[in-house]
Amino acid sequence: MKIFILGMGCATCNKLEDTVRQAVKETGIDAQIEHVTDIKKIMAYGVMTTPALIIDEKVVAAGKLPTLADIKKMIGGK
Amino acid sequence: MAECCNTNNSETKKINYYIPFVLIPFAAVIYFFLERGVDYLVYTILQLDKSSHLTEAIRFFLYDTPKVFILLTVIVFVVGVIRSYFSPEKTRKALEGKPLFAGNVMAAGLGILTPFCTCSAIPLFIGFVESGIPLGVTFSFLVAAPMINEVALVLLFGLFGWKTALLYASTGLLIAILSGWVIGRLKVERFVEEWVYEIKAGDFQMAEQKITFTDRIQAGTTAVVDIVSKVWIYIVAGIAIGAAVHGYVPENFMASIMGKDAWWSVPLAVLIGVPLYSNAAGIIPILQALLEKGASLGSALAFMMSVIGLSLPEMIILRKIIKLPLIVIFISVVATGIMIVGFLFNIIY
Repeated sequence: MKIFILGMGCATCNKLEDTVRQAVKETGIDAQIEHVTDIKKIMAYGVMTTPALIIDEKVVAAGKLPTLADIKKMIGGK
Repeated sequence: MAECCNTNNSETKKINYYIPFVLIPFAAVIYFFLERGVDYLVYTILQLDKSSHLTEAIRFFLYDTPKVFILLTVIVFVVGVIRSYFSPEKTRKALEGKPLFAGNVMAAGLGILTPFCTCSAIPLFIGFVESGIPLGVTFSFLVAAPMINEVALVLLFGLFGWKTALLYASTGLLIAILSGWVIGRLKVERFVEEWVYEIKAGDFQMAEQKITFTDRIQAGTTAVVDIVSKVWIYIVAGIAIGAAVHGYVPENFMASIMGKDAWWSVPLAVLIGVPLYSNAAGIIPILQALLEKGASLGSALAFMMSVIGLSLPEMIILRKIIKLPLIVIFISVVATGIMIVGFLFNIIY
């Protein structure tokens, strides 16, 4: 599974990355996590608000900070 | 602005959706009887001397603190619920293809209602430009979003009265509309970094999630917890300063530099205010102190607007996508608008 965090280094974006890492660790899912800060790549997903969360090329959250439980559901349900 | 970005995602207990509907009438009742209650407590139970300044200060503090917090909680809740109906994506759709002036008016209005935080300024800007929204309209949005702030509105209403609050909101809106319009007329497209135009934004693939009414109530509650926990200390400080100087004769030492008679007080206030950045609540104690010491309302409001509306961190973020001349134009146009408002206030009052 490929997980991208789209964000340009704001506090909320870093917090999202931490939460995602924790979710991956706790569920034991095999996933690559990457924090994308390049605006051109971010815009390619068509999001207008950061942080955004991309799981396997699909935008699952934008402009908000999902809770740990929500993220576990997003990565676990696949 | 930065402080509106929620960085707290710990599990919060879901509240029952009807709780706010029980609490709001209850808050209204307290609000209605608050002044009489505080008077009864201060004069009858505590038997404080009616003529002393200390009594006045205590009465002011005991009355204003709950009053402002009730107002703040209710307004932030209502705004939180209303904002759950808006998103930058919907705003972009609404602004597409709108003619210049009408677009500016709409963008300024939507700037207040759309949830927005400075860290999203770049994707939002590019997203707007991509879908052909004129730069001037985009700037109206970018000016209104931070400048008109519900926390500032509540505090001005609670501490300085409804006229001040209304003037702040309406002139703020006017500044956003007109500065966007002026920037649009100046044909500044060449000052946007070239690569911005080359970006091909993908389609937003996220399925529209169903938001239930309970979710919206939850959004309002989250906004209350998030905002009140961040700003309460500034508000208590502001009211305490207000209480401490309440009833005392102003020393007027600010009057000479920020009073009505000093014509340069407004430009000076803006000049100091632009590079500074603070959240709206943090500025209120300063405003309170300035006014009590004889600064005129126009200069004080101009100072507040330039602190919360224009800030160095925001300019640094915007510099990544627009060239320096446009940053300078942006700051000058908005600062001029704020100065005009400051002068107007000083003439009216």
